[in-house]
Amino acid sequence: MENLHSSSKNAGSWILENIVTIIFVAFTIFGFMVSSGVSVGYFFSELSSRIFRNSFLVLSLIIPVLAGLGLNFGIVIGAMSGQVAIAIARYFEMGGLSGLSFCFVVAALVAALCGYFTGKLYNKTRGQEMIASLIVGFFANGIYQFLFLFVVGVVIAVPATHPMIKPDGVGIRMTVDLVPVKQGGLKYALENIYQIPFVHALLILALGLLALLLIRYYWNKRRGYGYRNSMSSLLVNAAFCLALAGVAVHAMVTKSQLLMVRKVPVVTGLLIIGLCVFTVLIMKTKLGQDFRSVGQSQHTAEVSGINVDRTRIIATMISTVLASWGQIIYLQNMGTLNTYNAHTQIGMFSVAALLVGGASTSKASITHAIFGTILFNAMFIMSPEIGQSLFGQAILGEYFRTFMVYGVIGVALGLHVWNTNKKSRITVE
Amino acid sequence: MSDSLLQFRNVSKSYSGNSVLSGINFDVKEGEIHALIGENGAGKSTLMNILFGMPVITSTGGYEGDVLIEGKKIDFKSPHEAMYAGIGMVHQEFMLIPGFSITENIKINREITTPNVVSRVLGKRLETLDMVRMNADARKALDTLDMGIDEFILVAGLPVGHMQFVEIAREIDKTGIKILVFDEPTAVLTESEAQNLLAAVRRLASKGIGIVFISHRLDEIVGIADRVTVLRDGELVATKEIKDTDAVEIAALMIGRKVAISRVQFEGRAISDEVFMSIRDLHVGMPGEMVKGIDLEIRKGEIVGIGGLAGQGKLGIANGVLGTYPSRGEVVFNGKRLDLNDPHDTIASGIGFVSEDRKGVGLLLNESIELNIAFTAMQVGNRFLKKTGPFGFQDDAEMRRHAVKMIKALDIRCESPLQHAGNLSGGNQQKVCVARALTQDPIFLFVSEPTRGIDIGAKKLILDLLLKLNKENGMTIVMTSSELAELRSICDRIVIVCEGKVEGVLSPDASDADFGLMMSGSRIKKTEDSSEGRSVHV
Amino acid sequence: MSEMNGNANGNNRIRSAGRLLGSVGLPTAIIGVFWLFTLVAGHFVGISMSTLVSDTIKRAGMNGILVLAMVPAIQSGTGPNFALPIGIVCGLFGLVCSIELNLMGPAWLLVSFAISIPLAAAVGYAYGRLMNAVKGSEMTIATYTGFSIVALMCLAWLMIPFQNPKMGWFIGNGLRETIQLDAVGGAQLLNNFLMFTIGDVIIPTGLLLTFAFFTALVWLFFRSKSGIAISAGGINPKFARATGLDIDKNRIIANIISTILGAIGIIVYSQSYGYAQLYTAPLMMAFPAVAAILIGGATASRAKVSHVIIGVVFFQGLLTTALPVANEVFAGTDLSEIMRMIIQNGIILYALTQVKRGVQ
Repeated sequence: MENLHSSSKNAGSWILENIVTIIFVAFTIFGFMVSSGVSVGYFFSELSSRIFRNSFLVLSLIIPVLAGLGLNFGIVIGAMSGQVAIAIARYFEMGGLSGLSFCFVVAALVAALCGYFTGKLYNKTRGQEMIASLIVGFFANGIYQFLFLFVVGVVIAVPATHPMIKPDGVGIRMTVDLVPVKQGGLKYALENIYQIPFVHALLILALGLLALLLIRYYWNKRRGYGYRNSMSSLLVNAAFCLALAGVAVHAMVTKSQLLMVRKVPVVTGLLIIGLCVFTVLIMKTKLGQDFRSVGQSQHTAEVSGINVDRTRIIATMISTVLASWGQIIYLQNMGTLNTYNAHTQIGMFSVAALLVGGASTSKASITHAIFGTILFNAMFIMSPEIGQSLFGQAILGEYFRTFMVYGVIGVALGLHVWNTNKKSRITVE
Repeated sequence: MSDSLLQFRNVSKSYSGNSVLSGINFDVKEGEIHALIGENGAGKSTLMNILFGMPVITSTGGYEGDVLIEGKKIDFKSPHEAMYAGIGMVHQEFMLIPGFSITENIKINREITTPNVVSRVLGKRLETLDMVRMNADARKALDTLDMGIDEFILVAGLPVGHMQFVEIAREIDKTGIKILVFDEPTAVLTESEAQNLLAAVRRLASKGIGIVFISHRLDEIVGIADRVTVLRDGELVATKEIKDTDAVEIAALMIGRKVAISRVQFEGRAISDEVFMSIRDLHVGMPGEMVKGIDLEIRKGEIVGIGGLAGQGKLGIANGVLGTYPSRGEVVFNGKRLDLNDPHDTIASGIGFVSEDRKGVGLLLNESIELNIAFTAMQVGNRFLKKTGPFGFQDDAEMRRHAVKMIKALDIRCESPLQHAGNLSGGNQQKVCVARALTQDPIFLFVSEPTRGIDIGAKKLILDLLLKLNKENGMTIVMTSSELAELRSICDRIVIVCEGKVEGVLSPDASDADFGLMMSGSRIKKTEDSSEGRSVHV
Repeated sequence: MSEMNGNANGNNRIRSAGRLLGSVGLPTAIIGVFWLFTLVAGHFVGISMSTLVSDTIKRAGMNGILVLAMVPAIQSGTGPNFALPIGIVCGLFGLVCSIELNLMGPAWLLVSFAISIPLAAAVGYAYGRLMNAVKGSEMTIATYTGFSIVALMCLAWLMIPFQNPKMGWFIGNGLRETIQLDAVGGAQLLNNFLMFTIGDVIIPTGLLLTFAFFTALVWLFFRSKSGIAISAGGINPKFARATGLDIDKNRIIANIISTILGAIGIIVYSQSYGYAQLYTAPLMMAFPAVAAILIGGATASRAKVSHVIIGVVFFQGLLTTALPVANEVFAGTDLSEIMRMIIQNGIILYALTQVKRGVQ
């Protein structure tokens, strides 16, 4: 019979479970200590834009983890779907909100189709989903390049004079500039709608979180989840929010460097919050419960009558569609479509960010995603500085960063498998 | 009988010509606890599979006869149809999700939901969960079973007894539950948990639910059931009211055979007094066959049989000594203490093993017969190797010669020694396993389930072979088998294992009742005239 | 059951044709047909057949040992060695040390082997222990271990205090990304050894002999007591345990051999290519090798030496032929690289769908 007892919680095992997060926090703090040239303003500007650019993608990884599919490296395929949509929009020189909406719709359709097939693949490679998702990303990249380098030009005739197309008329260029929204293009389409200063956003966020905490506490009591409430964690979280609000107010009053930080795109922020809300709500539906059932035990779910295969496909499709939208958000902020490289690292960085936030192959939450995105990008910004200070070469910092990304994923995967194997080992009484 | 809740009428089932059930008549009345008892392979699981419409039945040609619920004929094509008709089953292996709360486990895939904006457009699956109502239902089910624990705590960390109650709660929460089948429910419970369970079963019966209680524990059956049905070899032996019978009679009915395998009388077998292997306090962690402290002494030249019902631990003994499953205890063989958990050491000291899992553990199905036969002797005994320096390479010629010899000696039917072991019939595969064990030239042999799934002719051959080895070569043999008949035909004494411990040792000619009582772990004292059968081990 | 004897005669032919396809395997058949197709197309387009054949032989020989490294890993039950970059990095390190010692020609080659083999053995031991701790998910963890080590070595290549000007950057510390091997007399060293031509086809005898030598070694090893034990542990761990085998120890031995072959393989590859590629080049080198052995007919749990030879010839043959053909037919697009990505990864995906419940 399975060992159905929960693991022992002592200091040692807590450290081991969260080793990845701890390393990253330490690294970032270390970076601050040794580096000299990084101003607070610069750091927070960079951090803020990166968070708004990348959070959506990291959030799209949550549902597959809950549904037992592990870390979905296949969001690369979603990213490629988003790029297909952007390429089409750019080609027909669509822009503004209408162009963006067009992208979202087209990307969703393409991503849904791709997600369906990816989901079927995962069902066929049960037990090896993660390596399969890695390889399918490479495979899809081949097909993507086939479309963009060959089909466009040879099968679909395009004028060689178009700024997107290569001079010889076959294939799309390596980098495609997105026209700024003010000139009728897609760049900054979301940013442009409404922006507010960083400190204002910080204050609103802090107060909003506080309100959310209180509302959730009250609602849990009413809705039958009363046992989930914990006064101590409520107090700690509330204190954190108040501290954050305090920092914002202090900055505004003392006119500190924080006022120099780049403005925050409200619509993007709303979209991210929207995805968080969506994730929470969907997990409260029957479908979400089915995701969890399938994720915890495919066998029990199957025996209880849940269509396990179909549930997994739906989870993959949702994740891929969300990733495609995440990539659109990313690209409209970057302003340039790096046609053949933009999507390749996205899978690994997003997964690493989620893991850094404390998630594992079997457990992931919104807190993990957001916290991880913040921490991961903070480290990302600091690494050239660290490389420069420690070794005298910025590029060493970047190599070290790459090593950390791969290492994080490897360690998180390894620990998880090792723990699972340990629990299921048969012991004599 | 029109007041029957459930009725099997003349139900038969055969798998590719082999009859596993014939002409079974079985019924359960409202509020009745009807016990079902039989040895391994008697047909109990098949009967329940038919009731539940399991794919293993529907995809192999269905069954003959009728199954009726409340007088109406039914023919379930899937377990879910059975569930909708009000039949529930509490399995031996729990179908619980440890990371979910009790409520979530009880309500899995039957969650109560309320419609919302999105679900009206995109479908029922997007309706919101109504935890308040679900918690209330779970509370009701738990209260029926007199369980005080909170319905929202996680299942992980609950004691086994509580987990079983959650299983039961899940079944009774299903609307319109009429019949509940319990499959060996007390097997994993402690004494007190078992008492709680039986009390709960009585409470459920008093609500009018018909209970089928499958168990091997005679004492429990006698204590709780209203009627008992004994199955044997796929046939109905008897259905009796509990008040008209007793444990001894039931035990005898369970074991007794119409045709007995004649016992071979042989002279001149040398059984010395020397203790060849002594086993002390052996514990083995073999899933499904746990051994919880066994003491045994085997004398040189003996043929000892180990018997017992399935899941009681008999198969764990040989596996524990070999080390295929984690084990602890003290085993002294030929004067030397064996390192349990080091199979290499155990095999090297001259012990051969023929596993009960012919295809899984016993053979490399995609390799040739000759490699399978030579394997252990090659790896442990360094035979069949051509040595060049520190390396030894496969000696094909030697392997072939030996394989041909073995094929002839054991009459293994095959196309050539190069044929893949997976392509042979069951009986011939078994012979290959035996051949491999014999190739090591062992002085002691553990054989588990030697004739399982083999036809009568081949059975006799293998049993004769074991006898020959013992008689001519003086090989000490320990034979573990679920077929009491074959144990009684060649063993000098038979050890019965129940609940992971040695229940007792019987002589092969002890009565059926003795065997039945011992195998079901009954505490009932035997009558005086068969007390010689209960010889206690040295 | 053993009904290998067919029924009616008419069915026999269809059945034996099906069995032939089954025994050949779908990936092998597809790639074989594809390769044949490109050869024919090449002939019609006017590409020199002898160049194609020479190049195919050369590329098969140069990749062969890297593909061979897959055999011990697969046979031991660890699955294809996605962490081949670890062995590759050991080989590169030995190669670079050998240059630093100012060696040339055959001396350089032999010392490269001499340094990298013990290093690969030690690293392979550690890697083998890691694989034992993560049974069931070896492939995923192997991939990321490989990636991490390559990334770590990027740091090392940059910080290593080697002075030899043939390897260093012109300005600053560290080694260059690409090192020309003709500067140490190492380029095509084995290829040119006893080389001869048949008509216009060049046969790089030294290269082929090296490949054949190691292939023979691996084949012999799997006929030895140890090799048989390793194979049994991979195909049926329960059987192996019940016959007294130490599965964990055997898996470590297999992974050590695989890592050593990776180290040797990259040295042979580099000398044939003429350049040693450091930094991120080894990152993706496991995947073509995995695809090659799968094309040769192996699965994620069974691989023979014959699979290596067939696989590397078919795969490299297809790639070698496709490039010039594609360039002729569709001028301007690097279609062969796209094709490689699709075929290589498609084959690996297919093999993953055939894995039953984890690698073991």
